[in-house]
Parts: sequence; structure tokens; C-alpha cells
Amino acid sequence: MKAELSPRTKTALYGLMCVLLIPFVFPTWWMVTSSVKPISDIFAFPPQLIPRSYDWTTYSKVFELQPFVQQYWNSAYIGAVVTIGTMIVSSMAGYAFARIKFPFANTIFMIVLLGLLIPSEVTIVPLFQMFLKAGMVNTHWPLILVPIFGAPSVFATFVMRQFFVTLPSELEEAARVDGLGRFKIFCKIALPLAKPALASVAIFTFLHSWNLFLEPIVFLSSAEKFTLPQALTQYTDAYGGPMWNIQLAAATLTALPVLIVFIIAQKQFVEGLAHTGLKG
Amino acid sequence: MAVVQDHATREGCSSSPFWTIARRDSLAGFLFIAPQLIGIVIFVLIPLGLVFWYSLHEWNVLANTFTYTGARNYQMLIEDTNLLEVLGATGIFSAGLVVFNLSLALLLAVLLNQKLAGITIFRTLFFSPVVVSLVAWTIVWGFLLQKNGGINGMLQVFGIEGPNWLREETTAMISVIVVQVFKNVGLNMILFLAALQGVPNELYEAARIDGAPRFKQFRRITLPLISPTILLTSIITIVGSLQVFAQIAVLTQGGPGMSTTVLVYYLYQQAFQFHLFGYGSTLSILLFVIVAVLTFAQWQMRKRIVFYES
Repeated sequence: MKAELSPRTKTALYGLMCVLLIPFVFPTWWMVTSSVKPISDIFAFPPQLIPRSYDWTTYSKVFELQPFVQQYWNSAYIGAVVTIGTMIVSSMAGYAFARIKFPFANTIFMIVLLGLLIPSEVTIVPLFQMFLKAGMVNTHWPLILVPIFGAPSVFATFVMRQFFVTLPSELEEAARVDGLGRFKIFCKIALPLAKPALASVAIFTFLHSWNLFLEPIVFLSSAEKFTLPQALTQYTDAYGGPMWNIQLAAATLTALPVLIVFIIAQKQFVEGLAHTGLKG
Repeated sequence: MAVVQDHATREGCSSSPFWTIARRDSLAGFLFIAPQLIGIVIFVLIPLGLVFWYSLHEWNVLANTFTYTGARNYQMLIEDTNLLEVLGATGIFSAGLVVFNLSLALLLAVLLNQKLAGITIFRTLFFSPVVVSLVAWTIVWGFLLQKNGGINGMLQVFGIEGPNWLREETTAMISVIVVQVFKNVGLNMILFLAALQGVPNELYEAARIDGAPRFKQFRRITLPLISPTILLTSIITIVGSLQVFAQIAVLTQGGPGMSTTVLVYYLYQQAFQFHLFGYGSTLSILLFVIVAVLTFAQWQMRKRIVFYES
């Protein structure tokens, strides 16, 4: 590493980082603390950095006004299905593109990579028509099928390919001599080695699905089908203005579990993402 | 090799079975990529063809009319006076986002690359907004940016009268950019940090012996060596910035006026609020062309800007 820093430089760096942290950390703090303040206090001046009094009834209203448990489940299960599905589809495709010689492999890879150039926003109109014809509007199918098989999974396939390219071929040759077929080599040798790449694919796929907003509001129209991001914006008063305390309570319930999982597993999260093979 | 031979010997010669290793491998290859390829055909290529086909039609969903109008939607595109404003807003948003995001990401990565105790805690905290639900993050910022919200409250403590952030054109645009940058800068920060840690230490040592000041070391050693990462993150960030929708929908609904109506939001309005699917499709084609041109241009730039070790 670099030379030891002087104590003065160290203090300055800590100070700078603490100031820079404010916009990253304060909003989450403000969300959680404001959600438990009585409505009269949430716009109080001077701002209450720590709530003076608590009002927990906001949280029961979150569940009264909308089928919030159902919506939570929708987001959670869609996220889980999309994550597992993407891991399967992208690891298989990534493996084949990296390690198997088959005709037109490069052409097909280029076609698949086109998905990176065509974000789902470009194709949202025809996708809506297609799912309408298939009777799948106001179901969760579009939010499951498109991410697993369509454009969003291409990035995952690319990451998996970049990883599998780096595997030494001796491993496979040894397995071949032992008489293992492609599928067995993939399952028994390549996949177990790919755990770090798979972990990062899982993380960004889940976050992508968890954050989807345009697709749910285009495809879903009834409250019990909504996903969380869409549900959060529905806590509005008779004039369409947001009911801040309830929105913030629902936002807290949405954000905190993932945040806690992240803080527990932050090492795997951050280092996994850093080693996606993106560097190459 | 075996593939070529096989064609001649397929019939009659039983000593060379049809399923050679190469053939079996080809089949395996196709089966492995099949889900992805079929998915791309159904959910990307066919829709892309359809969106072009729709763009040649006037399609009013409410009136249920679908008439071929040739290039009329494209003429409408050129004559659409709103579109200039939309493209302007999109350009300012994307440029502001990329510049602010990349420079902040680089600054944070350099800070996190220092030898300091407890640096992991800082890394975790800077990264944390990435895992906070996007709409939750946007809602709390919307709350903070209200006229009587937290930010103006803090400013008022110091005797500063803050603006109505989301209701004035300039501050609204700055707000949506800033909210998006703090949400996602952690990703680029981590990629930069990994790149910085990959720069061989001997180079810095050699530079120190030569008496090169820190800034010069950064410009002459660090920047060239991490340039592939800079290129990659800038492509990802630009393409990502063109897809921003939730933040606009939640914070400003494209306003005030049309000052924050970026292309995706305009497309959504035209297609799904005004039910003009034909014109919406034309805007989709425009979005596609912009993404493709920008990606291609940046990819070309790599030859001139990116420094390779080998």
C-alpha cells in the first residue's frame, strides 16, 4: 500500500468522509424517525432529528389502507422467482458462450448482447400488447418472464460468461476423461466454482426486480396485485397529495429488511459486485 | 474437424457414430443457450420489430383505430415542439448525472482506498443507498425537498431561506439528478475501488522515487490504468440515466412545466396516459437510436482514450 498518512491528514480524511456521508445516511435516518413522529411533528421547525414523541398508529394505517401484506408478498416472491430463474438461464448461457464450441456461437452471442442496447423501456408498448393478447395483463407474468428471459438477464449472462472464460480448461478435460457429459461438467465442476459470480448476479437481479416501477404501473391495475414500489405511491389523500407519515412508514417497512440483510452480509455484497468480471 | 468429416460418413459407416463428441457438444451448446436466445427473440427482437411497425401507424387505443400512416409519426416527431424541450431535459439530466456520478464515485473510491482504520464501515454506509428500495429512497427525498421539509428546515436554522426545490425549474432538475446520484453512486464507487486496488504499487513507488507529486501520480499512473473501468462505468451510467423513470414520476411528474420530462417519461405519458401507442412507439425508436449511438460512440472512443497494459 501507500506510505503511512500523517495524523493530521488522517483527521482531515475522516472529517471529509463524515461530511460526505450525510446525504447517504441522513435520508434513511429521516425516513425511519419521521415515520414514528405524530403527524403534527413531521414538518416541525426546527427539524427534530430525534423524535420528541412517538405515534405508532401510522404503522397500523399502512396495513388498513392497502393490502400491504399481500403487496409485500408479491414483491418478495416475484423477486425470488426472477432471481433464481435468471441465475439458471444466465449461468447456462454464459457457460455455453464461454466454454462450448458450437456453430454460430459468436453471432448468437452478438444477438443476445443486443439486449443490452434495448432497455425494456424501448419495448414497453409492444410488450404490453403481447401480454394483453396473451391475457396476462394485471398478472405477475410480465414482471417474471421479461426479466428472466429478456433484456435484463443479458447483463447477467455477460457477467457469467466473463467468469467462465477465466476457468482453466484442464478441469474440464480431466472430467471428460472420467467420462462426464457437458451437463454434468457444468453442474458438478463449473457451477460450484462460479459461486462468487452467481452471488453478484443474484444480488443485482433481486435489486432490479425489487425496484421495478415502470413495468408494474403499466401492467398491473388492482391493488392486491401491486408490488411495493407501486404501492408506496398509493398512500395519498383525497386531493392526490401524499400522506407523508404513512408513505414514510410503508417506505421504512420496504427498505429496512433489505438494508439489514445488506449490513449483515456487506462483505459478500460489496466484494461480490466488485468481482463480477466487469473489470475486463 | 469431426463436424466436417461426419457429413461424408454419416450413412453406411457404422464405425463412426452420428453423435460424435463435437456434435454432442454443439447440441449441448444450443440447449444451454436456448432459454436465453428464445427469450431474447420473444421479449426483445420481436417487440423491437413490432415497435417499428407500430411507429408507422396511427393507433388510438380509446377509439380503437389502427391505420397505416407511413412516416407521419416521424414527421410529427420532427414537428413536435415539446420534443426539443424533452430532449434538452434528457440531455441535461444525463450529462449532469454522469459527470456528478463519476466524479463523486472516483473521489469516494480514492478516499476508501486509503489506509485508515474502520474504512469498511464507511464503505458500507456509502454503499447502503444502493440496497434501499428506489421508490422508498425517492419518497424520503421528496419529503426532505418539500418547501417546509427537512432540508429547508436545516437551512433555516442557519438563517437561509431555501427554495421550493421541486417546484422551480432549475432546482427541480438539480434535485432529480442529486437524488439519483446518491442512490446509485455506490455501485460505480465499488467498481472504481476494485480498479484502484488493481494498480500495481511499484508504479507509485517508482514515481515517488522520481519525486512526482501525488496529483501527478494520480493523473499519469492511476487514471490511465483505471481507464477501462471509467469507460465501462460511463457507458453503464449513461444508458442507465436514459432509463430513469421512477424518480421523475414520484418527485416531479415531469414538471414544473416540462423541465424534468425526460424521454422515457414523455414516452410513458404519450403511450399510457394519452393512449397514443403509435407516437409512443416512434418515441421508443428514438430512445433506441439514442442509446445505440451513444454506446457505439463510447465504444469507439475506447481506442483513443483507454490505456491498455499490454
